[in-house]
Amino acid sequence: MTDEPAKSEPPSEAVAEPGKAAPEAGAADIPLLRIDAVVKQFGGFRAVDRVSLDIGAGEFFALLGPSGCGKTTLLRMLAGFETPDEGRILLDGWDIAALLPHERPVNMMFQNYALFPHLSVRDNIAFGLKRAGMPASGIATRVAEMIALVKLEGLEQRKPDQLSGGQKQRVALARALARRPRILLLDEPLAALDKKLRESTQAELMALQRRLGTTFIVVTHDQDEAMTMADRIGVMDSGRLEQVAKPRELYEAPASRWIAGFVGDINLFEGQIEPRESSRLAMAPRLTITTRDAGTVYVAEPRHPVTRTNVSVAIRPEKIKLSRHGPVPNEENAQAINRLEGVVTDVGYLGGFTTYKVKLDSGAVLRSSMANTARIDVDAYSRSQRVVAWFTPDDCLVLEQ
Amino acid sequence: MSARRIFAGPARFAAIAPWLWMALFFLVPFGFVLKISLSQTAVAQPPYLPVFDLTEGFAAIKAAFAALSLDNYRLLVSDNLYVLSYLRSMVVAAVSTTILLLIGYPVAYAMARLPLKWQGIAMMLVIVPFWTSFLIRIYAWINILQHDGLLNQILLALHIVSMPVVWLSTDSAMYIGIVYSYLPFMILPLYATLAKMDPALLEAAGDLGASPQQTFWLVTFPLSLPGVGAGALLCFIPILGEFVIPDLLAGSDSLMIGQTLWLEFFTNKDWPVAAAVAVVLLVLLVAPLALYDRLQRRQLEAAR
Repeated sequence: MTDEPAKSEPPSEAVAEPGKAAPEAGAADIPLLRIDAVVKQFGGFRAVDRVSLDIGAGEFFALLGPSGCGKTTLLRMLAGFETPDEGRILLDGWDIAALLPHERPVNMMFQNYALFPHLSVRDNIAFGLKRAGMPASGIATRVAEMIALVKLEGLEQRKPDQLSGGQKQRVALARALARRPRILLLDEPLAALDKKLRESTQAELMALQRRLGTTFIVVTHDQDEAMTMADRIGVMDSGRLEQVAKPRELYEAPASRWIAGFVGDINLFEGQIEPRESSRLAMAPRLTITTRDAGTVYVAEPRHPVTRTNVSVAIRPEKIKLSRHGPVPNEENAQAINRLEGVVTDVGYLGGFTTYKVKLDSGAVLRSSMANTARIDVDAYSRSQRVVAWFTPDDCLVLEQ
Repeated sequence: MSARRIFAGPARFAAIAPWLWMALFFLVPFGFVLKISLSQTAVAQPPYLPVFDLTEGFAAIKAAFAALSLDNYRLLVSDNLYVLSYLRSMVVAAVSTTILLLIGYPVAYAMARLPLKWQGIAMMLVIVPFWTSFLIRIYAWINILQHDGLLNQILLALHIVSMPVVWLSTDSAMYIGIVYSYLPFMILPLYATLAKMDPALLEAAGDLGASPQQTFWLVTFPLSLPGVGAGALLCFIPILGEFVIPDLLAGSDSLMIGQTLWLEFFTNKDWPVAAAVAVVLLVLLVAPLALYDRLQRRQLEAAR
């Protein structure tokens, strides 16, 4: 049933679609999943707005965004619970957008697990296998295999009501994986677990994914979760896919102010790029930006050309160092030519690191976080202390949007 | 355990209220009925003997106790009239409940799947008939079912029948009346269980390869069984003792136990036999209820 081609078009036709770029021609280039300009409207509201995305076999992909950004709707279209209004969803080059959920080789782990309350753990896991017409002996073997995989031995006869949250999550995972789907969709898989359990489960999910080689697509609003687990992250906002990148790239080179602010903490300063002068201190190519709140900031020349003059300078808090009198003049700090003075207004001790809020002389607030590397910290600053904040041009990002 | 803590202190007396209610409005009247059922009929006021009179002293009360007997119950077992009445009541209640389930389930299912704003309206439509008196509605059915009534007119106009069909005073009319009257009691508990079912369960079934029909029989129906049980009991029990509908719509050749009871009480003026009929009916009703309760309790304990 799962590989029935009746309603989808064969790969060759999908590739021969007019107006498609040449690289798609070779079968080897077809990604496992191609989401092509998909649109979904609810009433007048565009929940998903022309999203295009390729996901490769074996990838751990995270769709990240605030609630209502359309990530769940996109996932539900992959599962078949919603049909796209426009666009195509190609699995191995075959359009599956019109297939019903039970006709797709894709399984989903639901947010609140959606375990069948009247069935035992074993019967929950066997449910999909029975529907696939697997013989009883095959089902028994596969169920035992899945139970071992998620470490639920001894709980086979329990009903979902008799399981803890973590155990339910495992049953849901085993049930969704039992049919060996091409793609496993996970809707907020860890949202219902407490913090400690969430961290260990993250690691288990990653190990499981690597072992099975199944493509995982996880929807989450939790950026830490996405950063920890995913090979690549797609950030969504208001139905649009804003950026697709590896976790590190997303954090260090966000495509817009919104993403910079959504993924982690950021200091943003609006400013204008000054015309280039004959490089005075020129060691590396850099831009000079005059900001209202932070004065003149020197920024490393971005790799892509900057087209606008009104831009934002973005600096992550952990890139900003504080000291009483500015950086110690040594070779390491030679690049730290951006210096701002202000008064500490807030100190947040978080164990591994401490966050500071520094009110600059311009009135703007700068956030800095510094690792607590020594047990008895001589570099701790207290409220209303005057400090110098400094950072290098390489620490700064130029954001145009 | 937390339930116990809720009823600590003065609030604990709140828990007495239902027991008081039961004692006052069920146990005490039932005691009277039980006593009358053990008495003998007499041409007197009240029409039975013995009568307990607390003013006549201990010896008289002792004599009155001695005069009580199980004769009326022996009569119920020995006379076919009563056994047949009980059997007919059982059959009518069972058949009606089955028909109600077959009609009520699809209706409740459709209601639970309506958009939320329409569900309230559908619920109103189910309840609206209660705004008219039950008797008037049954009399309206007499009008519809009579020789030149609405039903026959429609059947004739559509050329489904060539002669008017005799509806009134048949079992068909009685079943129409019962099903019509009790349908809300079947729909509402079914709707309540179906509406609160998590739609994600149905999606999960579909995701795991179940077709819509399989999803219904493997997930929806098993999970709606508590509603089926509640609806069936809510209909079966009052139908078993139903008097008005069979009296007005069914023929007089076979009686339901409610009609037999009425006859004994008002026509024969035999209060003791009528009381015995009522007591046996109650026992017949309590037995399946107790069984159902025990099954549910066992399920709850198994789930723990």
